[in-house]
Amino acid sequence: MKLKLRIWRQAGPEAAGRMVEYDLDGVSEDMSFLEMLDLLNENLTNRNEEPVAFDHDCREGICGMCGVVINGVAHGAPEGVRTTTCQLHMRSFADGATIDIEPWRAGAFPVLKDLAVDRGAFDRIIQAGGFISSNTGSAPDAHSTPAPKREADLAFDNATCIGCGACVAACPNSSAMLFTAAKITHLAMLPQGQPERYARVKSMVAAHDEEGFGNCTNIGECAAVCPKGIPLESISQLNRDLIGSLFKADGK
Amino acid sequence: MTAPTTTPAAAVPATANQYWIDGADIADTKAPADVPIDKVWQSRQFQAKLVNPANRRKLSIIVVGTGLAGGAAAATLGEAGYNVLNFCYQDSPRRAHSIAAQGGINAAKNYRNDNDSTYRLFYDTVKGGDYRARETNVYRLAEVSANIIDQCVAQGVPFAREYGGLLDTRSFGGVQVQRTFYARGQTGQQLLIGVYQQLERQIAAGTVKMYARHEMVELIVVDGRARGIVTRNMVNGKVETWTADAVVLATGGYGNVFFLSTNAMGCNVTASWRAHRKGAYFGNPCYTQIHPTCIPVHGETQSKLTLMSESLRNDGRIWVPKKAEDCAKDPRQLAEEDRDYYLERIYPSFGNLVPRDIASRQAKNMCDEGRGVGPAVKEIDENGNERQVRRGVYLDFSDAINRLGQKAVEAKYGNLFDMYQQITGENPYEVPMRIYPAVHYTMGGLWVDYDLQSSITGLYVTGEANFSDHGANRLGASALMQGLADGYFVLPNTINDYLAGAPFDKLGEDHPAVVEARESAQARIDKLLSIQGTRSVDSFHKELGHIMWEYCGMERTEEGLTKAIGLIRALKEEYWSNVRVTGVNEDFNQALERAGRVADFFELGELMCIDALHRRESCGGHFRAESQTEEGEAMRHDDEFLYVGAWEWGGEGSKPVLHREPLNYKAIELKQRSYK
Repeated sequence: MKLKLRIWRQAGPEAAGRMVEYDLDGVSEDMSFLEMLDLLNENLTNRNEEPVAFDHDCREGICGMCGVVINGVAHGAPEGVRTTTCQLHMRSFADGATIDIEPWRAGAFPVLKDLAVDRGAFDRIIQAGGFISSNTGSAPDAHSTPAPKREADLAFDNATCIGCGACVAACPNSSAMLFTAAKITHLAMLPQGQPERYARVKSMVAAHDEEGFGNCTNIGECAAVCPKGIPLESISQLNRDLIGSLFKADGK
Repeated sequence: MTAPTTTPAAAVPATANQYWIDGADIADTKAPADVPIDKVWQSRQFQAKLVNPANRRKLSIIVVGTGLAGGAAAATLGEAGYNVLNFCYQDSPRRAHSIAAQGGINAAKNYRNDNDSTYRLFYDTVKGGDYRARETNVYRLAEVSANIIDQCVAQGVPFAREYGGLLDTRSFGGVQVQRTFYARGQTGQQLLIGVYQQLERQIAAGTVKMYARHEMVELIVVDGRARGIVTRNMVNGKVETWTADAVVLATGGYGNVFFLSTNAMGCNVTASWRAHRKGAYFGNPCYTQIHPTCIPVHGETQSKLTLMSESLRNDGRIWVPKKAEDCAKDPRQLAEEDRDYYLERIYPSFGNLVPRDIASRQAKNMCDEGRGVGPAVKEIDENGNERQVRRGVYLDFSDAINRLGQKAVEAKYGNLFDMYQQITGENPYEVPMRIYPAVHYTMGGLWVDYDLQSSITGLYVTGEANFSDHGANRLGASALMQGLADGYFVLPNTINDYLAGAPFDKLGEDHPAVVEARESAQARIDKLLSIQGTRSVDSFHKELGHIMWEYCGMERTEEGLTKAIGLIRALKEEYWSNVRVTGVNEDFNQALERAGRVADFFELGELMCIDALHRRESCGGHFRAESQTEEGEAMRHDDEFLYVGAWEWGGEGSKPVLHREPLNYKAIELKQRSYK
């Protein structure tokens, strides 16, 4: 396959960026999207030009480190497919295609270089309460509290979030509500998560706003690009818990 | 010494001592020797010195890595009240590669009432490791395994559950009980998120300071004690020093020395290797796990291999056509009698659930015989001739789908099937999956004693980065168990014994050892950038990987290993004169990051080959063609090799020194493994 790539190049956080065109030949349809970028970088290195910086690590769709906007779509999955950038394969593109590649764009995710952005804001939202306070060594036997399967499965569905940030990149408001809601719902559906449930939702939503993410207006672009299929209903769960928390003294 | 149960090893080759020097024997001195095995840990915990809570606030600990072993240790030490500095090369601690583990985590809970026990988990693990692990460590691992499940459930890890709300378990390779707890095919992810949440809680509490996108590039040793590290800030290139009272390395395995592996792209040996060069012994570097169920290689531009969980072997049946001429046919058209379910045939009692090393080697044997399936790929044989070989075997779910229905199979393995389809473009519900072995895990690692302390005082090593618990082969679902055991329950109870002697003198930026470490790290970076040769870092890495896979992979020989050592030395020399690293240090420079890692892989690769060369026996994942039974099974030589090979860095251009730690089996009888 032969491709025309248009890639966002930006030397650093303060530098101005621009789209740069590259022709790339010798792409096979079995390659992953990132292997296609590897090939481009190998060619650039051989021409003594600086390779394109992009984040990636596991390349199995689970670590959440990779992610770019491809032809305007976060992770670039074709209609009806859920995938991370690393699990997108070149057989999804036509020979001779032009492909636009851009970083996640959101005020709360500043660009570090080219396609790599800083997603530290996600860690800080988790720090605000996305956990269950249980010190090592203090746990009772695992079977002491049964967890109903329906709720446990729902907790699992939400716990599959990989923190890639596609939801933010896709949202016209740059909201991270889907990310926040996935953690709220994961922990709210388990018996172990109950004691901190309402305090958690208050502090996590506050941290979300503090980081500069926008508000949710129920557009649904986030759920459409989520590689793990976190549903919009999770945001409803977050809102129900948030409203519920208003009636609890000290958020308890 | 046990009586030799096997034929004697081949005569000592004349060339051997060309490659290494024999040093003095070593031993673990921390595990109490005079108590029965089930009292060793309890006894050690009681003997180990304590640090009172008020004093912990005055002490600091550096933890490198945020996977199960590192993140769990950092969080737990933070809870205990120490000042923890935690580093990782990824952009967030949640990305560590523990996240990619799929199948599950073992624990001796006996919730199934199937005769499981701490002793049985211990026994299975030692046997699975082909009797090359330290007995006391493995027993402790089995002992704390049950606490791990409790801990994870309390943190909100959503394990699979039955309708009654209790935890579900399944079987894994090398065992006959159902002791593996799981969270669909994403167990590693869920356990790591549990660790990550606990870690973030400590970061918020101020006990742990997190430094993401910081790569350790040197260890600081002062008067024989590990006292700090040098890091490179991966965003702006700043080379910085950090000092503390103790250092913990939880930096994972080194499978990427093979270039293609199931490791994440960033996994590397640099932290361990820098420590090795400063005096930490490297234990059993040649013990590599080749995982039997990975998606086969598609072509020359492939960057990594993807694992299909071992749990698939619970319901999938592995086969190849009986006749080579059937290999290109549609597998669905082949009649039952034309299929060879070779694992079920050769190992009737364990069938498709034999340990990983055996399943991998048999897949290779089938393909070498010409009965592999899938597209033929170009290979160069040892004589330099090109040949076309089909490198794949079928993993077939049609029986399971007929028995359980597609819905049930989907519920158990849905995400794995989707991943397979995404990568190969084939639907595994209709066409059998094709799989082939790939490098997955390294049992070798820095040598540690029972306290997980390396041969450098004050340097502790946890998880895959140490050598301790898996012997020559790791059983499935044991890596997650070991990472969390080390991080949550072992290290936080042993490191006190050392820290009771702290705080040590504060070290200034101008201390000679600190200056030396920073300057040598900086000089290495400058050197890599100054070469300005003609070949990319990746092209060298691929060539090194090819050498390792060919000669130090699933089958190793005296001749091949000797050849590999020569090839690696030549390639390393070319690297240091002809590599091209673009850009500058003071920037986000991924080529430079890789260049430093590959430089260390050369030295590690050479040591792996020397270790494999010296161990003239087959054991677990280490298969020496010269040492096999008539049926082609691995043959150990307990009379000569019942020890851990702990290698000491001999100096630049000098031979490494081999220290042997003899293995004593008191609680377990030494046997030749059989899964028939």
